[in-house]
Amino acid sequence: MAMIEIDGLAKSFGPVAAVRGVTLSVDKGEVLGFLGPNGAGKSTTMKMLTGFLTPSEGAARICGHDVQSDPLPAQRLLGYLPEGAPAYGDMTPRGFLAFCAGVRGLTGEAARSAIERVVTRTELARVLDQPIETLSKGFKRRVGLAQAILHDPPVLVMDEPTDGLDPNQKHVVRELIREMSPQKAIIVSTHILEEVAAICTRAIIIDRGRVVADGPISDGRIVFRTSPENGEAGEVIADARDLDDVFRALTARPAAAA
Amino acid sequence: MLKGVSAVFKRELAAYFATPLATVFLVIFLFAMGAFTFYMGGFFTNGQANLGVFFSFHPWLYLFLIPAISMRLWAEERKSGTIELLLTLPIPLASAVLGKFLAAWAFAGLALALTFPIWITVNYLGHPDNGVILASYIGSWLMAGGYLAIGSAVSAGTGNQVIAFVVSVVISFLFTIAGAPLVIDALSGWMPVELLGTISSFSFLTHFNAIMAGVIDLRDLVFFGTLIAFFLFVTAVLVDLRKAG
Ligand SMILES: Nc1ncnc2c1ncn2[C@@H]1O[C@H](COP(=O)(O)OP(=O)(O)OP(=O)(O)O)[C@@H](O)[C@H]1O
Ligand SMILES: [Mg+2]
Repeated sequence: MAMIEIDGLAKSFGPVAAVRGVTLSVDKGEVLGFLGPNGAGKSTTMKMLTGFLTPSEGAARICGHDVQSDPLPAQRLLGYLPEGAPAYGDMTPRGFLAFCAGVRGLTGEAARSAIERVVTRTELARVLDQPIETLSKGFKRRVGLAQAILHDPPVLVMDEPTDGLDPNQKHVVRELIREMSPQKAIIVSTHILEEVAAICTRAIIIDRGRVVADGPISDGRIVFRTSPENGEAGEVIADARDLDDVFRALTARPAAAA
Repeated sequence: MLKGVSAVFKRELAAYFATPLATVFLVIFLFAMGAFTFYMGGFFTNGQANLGVFFSFHPWLYLFLIPAISMRLWAEERKSGTIELLLTLPIPLASAVLGKFLAAWAFAGLALALTFPIWITVNYLGHPDNGVILASYIGSWLMAGGYLAIGSAVSAGTGNQVIAFVVSVVISFLFTIAGAPLVIDALSGWMPVELLGTISSFSFLTHFNAIMAGVIDLRDLVFFGTLIAFFLFVTAVLVDLRKAG
């Protein structure tokens, strides 16, 4: 059984069809790169997977627990970094992480050591007692990241985890993901395509709410099954470094339509 | 369930004190209480050793001050995006709703408790019926809970704190004046007595005045309890509806 199962998820906001039938699954040990142009529906799909939004159609399961009908067991097994890494601005990272630990049922020594572990891994020690609203964008992101991995969840969903990080921190976060990946099922969305080649074992490109390419990455090569919006289904084999070209070929709009 | 309530409760309560909100609110609350009681109510000149005047201003003060607490409950989470975090943590929605409400209610309780000098003063000056005063304090706190629950539901319905404030004041106003003599007199001319009774039985004033007389009747407790439960339920429904987008 895959640890993340997304089954025909669709979401409309009034007339806007944000996601139109996304199906995918992620196994333990897999790091799925979730790619797509702005507005393709990546964040919306993640919001449905994590139980924040109710799907218009379809279902999502985390370790077999349906996110809609059985949210709490699913959410206990989940670490989620929402887009923009929201956190309570009036709290300090220390207070915020203590709150998350409390909610996750970690108390006393267990909470203390979990917080210490993630603070070290995300290099937050320096700002631990500064209100989150006064932190720089990169540090805010790291607080969100720390919160997501605090309880060492088997399933990790991260919406643009490296957005706003400096090159050193990007590297740290990629290492972190790589290190954690053997024990977890991970989905990361990103616009940085080198990152996909560096950390992902698989990539999916979505465009206008549909999966247009899906394939494994190994030894720097990616084998996509493609089904572009305005074209024939097929297969694309590319060097992971050329992902950029594949991405643009599959999702670019004809100039007239743009 | 309880774990979630207590985590949310603690976070929310700390949030009041992490910003100037708590201080500003408490100062204004106490100042307004004092001003109303001593100047408008003629506390020293009416020659009575009781706190009736003091308590009679509570509904009107709460009308504006309680929505100032409740407006942020959900609207702020929505605006800042933290609602996405809150609703994807393994906390039952009911626990989140309850934890937030209880924190706000505890804060209102603290504000109310800080009016104790007025109680000391009245005991120093005369021999008031402290049983009546205790009942009035409890009644006032229950009433504050009623206003807070209304405000919680309104806040859940919008991402805008200003709208939440204004709408809460309006709804709270309706629940307050429904039993005011002015309204009852105006309606009594043409409305059947039973309907009039029903309307005024929904009024905070009717129930608070009954408690202020010194008896905490089960009916008044049930009224505020049911009202709070109802509006917290509405809060949860509104939060959940928003997930449907
Ligand atoms: N609450 C909402 N109400 C209305 N439309 C929405 C809402 N949330 C998202 N959308 C729309 O759904 C579509 C998909 O948005 P989504 O945020 O999922 O894109 P994305 O792939 O994450 O893009 P980006 O790369 O810019 O983060 C967009 O057209 C967006 O405007
Ligand atoms: Mg997005």
